[in-house]
Amino acid sequence: MFLEYTTIFIFLIVGIAMVPLMLLIGKILRPHAPDDKKTSTYECGEIPLGSSWIQFNLRFYVIAFLFLIFDVEVAFMFPVASIFKQWTQAGFGQGWLAFIEVAIFVGILLVGFAYAWHKGDLNWVRPKKKE
Amino acid sequence: MLQDIFQYWPVLQTFPFWVWSTLSVLALLFLFVFPFAGVAVYVERKIAGDIQARIGPNVVGPYGILQWIADALKLLLKEDIIPKKADRKLFIFAPMIIFMSGAASFAVIPFSENLILANLNIGIFYLIAITSLVSMGVIISGWASNNKWSLLGGLRAAAQVVSFEIPVALSLMTAALALGSLNMVDLVNAQAGMKWGIFHNPFMLILAFVYYISALAEVNRTPFDIPEAESELVSGYNTEYSGMRFAIFFLIEYADAFVICAVSTTIFLGGWHLPFLNYAHIPPFLHIPLQVTIFMTKACFLLVVMMWIRWTLPRYRVDQLMKLCWEVLVPFAFICLLGTALWMVLFQGKGFIELLGGLF
Amino acid sequence: MIFYLFAILTVAPAFVAVFHPNILYAALSLFISFFGVAGLYLLLAADFVAATQVLLYVGGILILLLFAVMLSPKIYSPTFQESQKRYIVPSILGVFILSIIVFSIFKTNWNVTLVEGIFPHTVSRIGNLFLTDYLLPFELASILLLAALIGAILLARSSEDEHQ
Repeated sequence: MFLEYTTIFIFLIVGIAMVPLMLLIGKILRPHAPDDKKTSTYECGEIPLGSSWIQFNLRFYVIAFLFLIFDVEVAFMFPVASIFKQWTQAGFGQGWLAFIEVAIFVGILLVGFAYAWHKGDLNWVRPKKKE
Repeated sequence: MLQDIFQYWPVLQTFPFWVWSTLSVLALLFLFVFPFAGVAVYVERKIAGDIQARIGPNVVGPYGILQWIADALKLLLKEDIIPKKADRKLFIFAPMIIFMSGAASFAVIPFSENLILANLNIGIFYLIAITSLVSMGVIISGWASNNKWSLLGGLRAAAQVVSFEIPVALSLMTAALALGSLNMVDLVNAQAGMKWGIFHNPFMLILAFVYYISALAEVNRTPFDIPEAESELVSGYNTEYSGMRFAIFFLIEYADAFVICAVSTTIFLGGWHLPFLNYAHIPPFLHIPLQVTIFMTKACFLLVVMMWIRWTLPRYRVDQLMKLCWEVLVPFAFICLLGTALWMVLFQGKGFIELLGGLF
Repeated sequence: MIFYLFAILTVAPAFVAVFHPNILYAALSLFISFFGVAGLYLLLAADFVAATQVLLYVGGILILLLFAVMLSPKIYSPTFQESQKRYIVPSILGVFILSIIVFSIFKTNWNVTLVEGIFPHTVSRIGNLFLTDYLLPFELASILLLAALIGAILLARSSEDEHQ
């Protein structure tokens, strides 16, 4: 099994090394004439005004956070998923036990998800509250 | 895979393992991934032409077959402009992350029973982990261009990739639940004969579509390509990249699309198994070509469907996209997860086809 | 030998993360550091944990960190006015924690040998343990996640009400 991971490691190294390699091949072949207008920021042909930072938008952070929570849940569920079929085939009681455990785990998080949905935090554009 | 080759030809063991490993990785990349991505671009343009009632490229070579080589050469020879105010190190670093994640996801694609570069015990999980690196690369490339449209495009693209990863991970996990393993080869072998993943129970049928749609959104393709659409944010996080750097983004998009089709084939469409085909009756030397052919046919069919969807449907707006993800796909994925688990418990892990087979 | 490679891959970017003036570079050196930790997990034959490390830390926490870093306007003036006073308490704390870790390293019985060629099927073992011995931590983890979810949403909503 270590050999497989060596392959993966080599894959990652090759992946990282491939990019400079391709650019190197291109560097020999392509022109290099940096110009003031060419190297300025692109803004549909206009001259760029102002610095390039954007207004803080909370929804990006909330989405990333929701993703993290569900990601951790998925990471927890994966080992259980790999063993679930064996448990259902092992005996009648064991299958139901596994199912109830999974259902509790997923159910608790679904409660949180339903809360977030109900309060409107899943909307990309937050509606202006009138009350 | 390499250990099997060493068993056939022990003479190859004169060189250390990592030499052959590197060679096989390079062979996969150069002989499969790059030409495939190029041909996929050509096929896409031809299909786009057919759907839009025009002829696609037909100038370079007979029927325009060599168009993608011309495009690749053009991108290679273009000048590499790095904007003056851009963060140089990050500008160069971002395509590396994306390329690394896109290429490394090819390591666990089971082209055939013995033709899988790294038969990990955690195949599916590794795939999810590696494809989550794309969002990092997208954010950094958006930032490094020092262009507020690129930054906004990069953040929106990252938010899109990241939120659609949840239905993808949930559906892959449910498929692993139903088929009983995380190992890619075991997943395919659990679907021998007609016991394909998609026919396992009605929830898997819904799940196949949930996976396909969320995976499409995750690679920023088809109706979900807000981050790179030309009328929005001028190609988003890709704007400042020119020449070969842009080619890398472009290549990895098609490579990722293929990976999605391959994973869908592996899990839902039975990989290299056909309904009445029993591999015990076929001489072993025919196994690999037959399996590769069947697998590639199914994967390419899904790829053509992907292209078909792209040129048929209009684009989703960003808030519609997020609403689709969080209010439609994630609840569906959860319902299918619980439904599949319930089915497994009620029927002792047997799928629909297996139950039908047990009746006769 | 490979262990030292992964160890350096973990520790060196950690130093960069602590001392580099630019926040973004610090966050990105964490990226490399997390891969180093994943490599160390692989050396311990914990393949599932390594993949989880990549998935959660790189694909989740680092994204969160990058979003936070990029959406704050202070990134353009990454100068920290550090006074001498601020070095004393953290360094004492750091030395204290370091001594605890070094003490525990020397006290541990490192007599573990990994037999070559036998790679335990970790995922199914973890799965079995989750459903039998460690069931309570499994369910408690979901409650913890629920608490984190609701807490973050409440915080985000209150700060948004302030902004508007």
